[in-house]
Amino acid sequence: MPLDVAHPSASQYPPEGLVPSYAQLRKELASRDRSLRRKVMSLEEATSLVNDGDTVGIGGSTMSRTPMGMIWALIRARKSRLSCVRSIVSSDGDLLYGSGICDRIITSWFSQGILWGVSKVMRHHVETGSAAYDEWSHMAIGMRFRAGAMGLPFMPIRSMLGSDVVRQRPETIEMICPYTREKLLLVPAINPDVALIHVQRCDEFGNAQIDGLPFMDVDLAMAANRVILTTERIVSNDQIRRAPDHTRIPFFAVDAVVELPYGCAPHECSGVYEPMMRHMESYVAQVNANPVDGMREYLEQFVYGPESWSDFLAGIGVEELIRAARAGRSIDDA
Amino acid sequence: MPSESTTTASELLAILSARQLRDGQVVFAGVGIPLLAATLAQRLRSPGLTILFEGGVIGAFIEPGRLPPSTNDQRCTARANMVLGSAEVLLLLQRGYVDVGFMGGAQIDQYGNLNSSFIGDPARPKTRLPGTGGGNDISSLTAMIVAMKHEKRRFVEHVDFITSPGWLRGRTSRCESGLGTGGMFRVVTDLAVFDFDEETRRMRAIALNPGVSCERVQANTGFPLAFAPDLQVAEPPSAEELAMLRYLDPERKYTA
Repeated sequence: MPLDVAHPSASQYPPEGLVPSYAQLRKELASRDRSLRRKVMSLEEATSLVNDGDTVGIGGSTMSRTPMGMIWALIRARKSRLSCVRSIVSSDGDLLYGSGICDRIITSWFSQGILWGVSKVMRHHVETGSAAYDEWSHMAIGMRFRAGAMGLPFMPIRSMLGSDVVRQRPETIEMICPYTREKLLLVPAINPDVALIHVQRCDEFGNAQIDGLPFMDVDLAMAANRVILTTERIVSNDQIRRAPDHTRIPFFAVDAVVELPYGCAPHECSGVYEPMMRHMESYVAQVNANPVDGMREYLEQFVYGPESWSDFLAGIGVEELIRAARAGRSIDDA
Repeated sequence: MPSESTTTASELLAILSARQLRDGQVVFAGVGIPLLAATLAQRLRSPGLTILFEGGVIGAFIEPGRLPPSTNDQRCTARANMVLGSAEVLLLLQRGYVDVGFMGGAQIDQYGNLNSSFIGDPARPKTRLPGTGGGNDISSLTAMIVAMKHEKRRFVEHVDFITSPGWLRGRTSRCESGLGTGGMFRVVTDLAVFDFDEETRRMRAIALNPGVSCERVQANTGFPLAFAPDLQVAEPPSAEELAMLRYLDPERKYTA
């Protein structure tokens, strides 16, 4: 039965607490230190902003501007029971499940990439019930972030109606629009405890500039209760002020700034590097051949083993990094 | 690499589905064959075709030999008219700016519903598939063209799970569920081209691919098919179409 807003019945509502009250949302924001201050810290220090059990919003999409370095650091810091939400999930989701730090992923599409079929890591964890994959339409994920960013509890959308995707989502409500008497679907706001976002450049205060596809990162940043930025490079505030029209995330929404060159590796960062496809291909072959042992070996070699992020990059190899950088920097040459 | 005279099933699919697009349309294309076919149409005969990608691209102009691994990669943005947020590009569907959606499919039923989520019971799935991505949004909000391989296990009476809605349970059920626009327009396979009966909304063959019989199409379909009274036979791929396709995808990323 669609919810008739004129005559609601309490039993038609999803459980209380799914969306924070406005008072709670404002309290969370008011408690943050939003002053103009230097927020630069190490990757390891930034992991302390993520608590076990947090809902973590992840920026970028598929293999693009994925904050892989931050995810890598959270795995090394042995976080647990994270719920992660992202527009579209690639091998980042494999690593989150495979390392055991995350037991729920909320997204619209989850596999390593269309070129490689279905992720055996995702299949293994979802089919054995060791982790959950909550599926929403891509636009619904965007509208959940948008509602969160607007300080509103939900957004109405016109997709997902009539499908089985909506039948799997008790969090949604079908509503008759009080203006047009048409059916709409309400999707609840999502205000992640913490957002992980990688950008091309930002200053030490967190004024962040994004080149190329922005995905859902601005809404994600404004919806979240804490934001960790990793950045290809930290630039001066003067440089930000020379091109304020490129600034997408304001400093007061940011809690930590980590300078992390090649911070999306082996994924891509627009205008800087393309995906490191040789590494991706050998990764996919290894984990899809054996989603348990293959993943364990990958984590040992590439996540727990390296001494530092630079050491991890060395494992990918200089030749592969240069190839990826050359392709990324020449994207607009055509 | 196959010789000029042999055409792979994927190549046939790309060429025949590209012919469904019209100059001047705004098409929302998924990765793989749809991206390739839309680019083929744009380069060959529809320079005014505007291609949208769900990563956040308007007016894509894909470079030959640099096909992107997804519709969210920076390769999609080269020479485009505009990049925008992925929610923003999907909202163009909801606002009504998109003429046609164009996707691949894993499993389809007689009413054009698509499944890309579960094989088997969703509560205890035999196989968890990647999911909808923007597929549900595209098929909910605009007319759809689907390009897919024709196999009996993919053409089923009822899909295990409706990820992307076609005509749902047929007749007026789509509209009654709140989806007042769009719907499945064409399904293009390596055997035939299909539309949907205006009243029952069941799948109907309207053109056979060269050298394919009605019996063969039916034998590869898991439900009784209707055939249009004026059933056509598609023109075979032209040398020009094949040459352009191979120029765009020299590594055979999508047309192996």
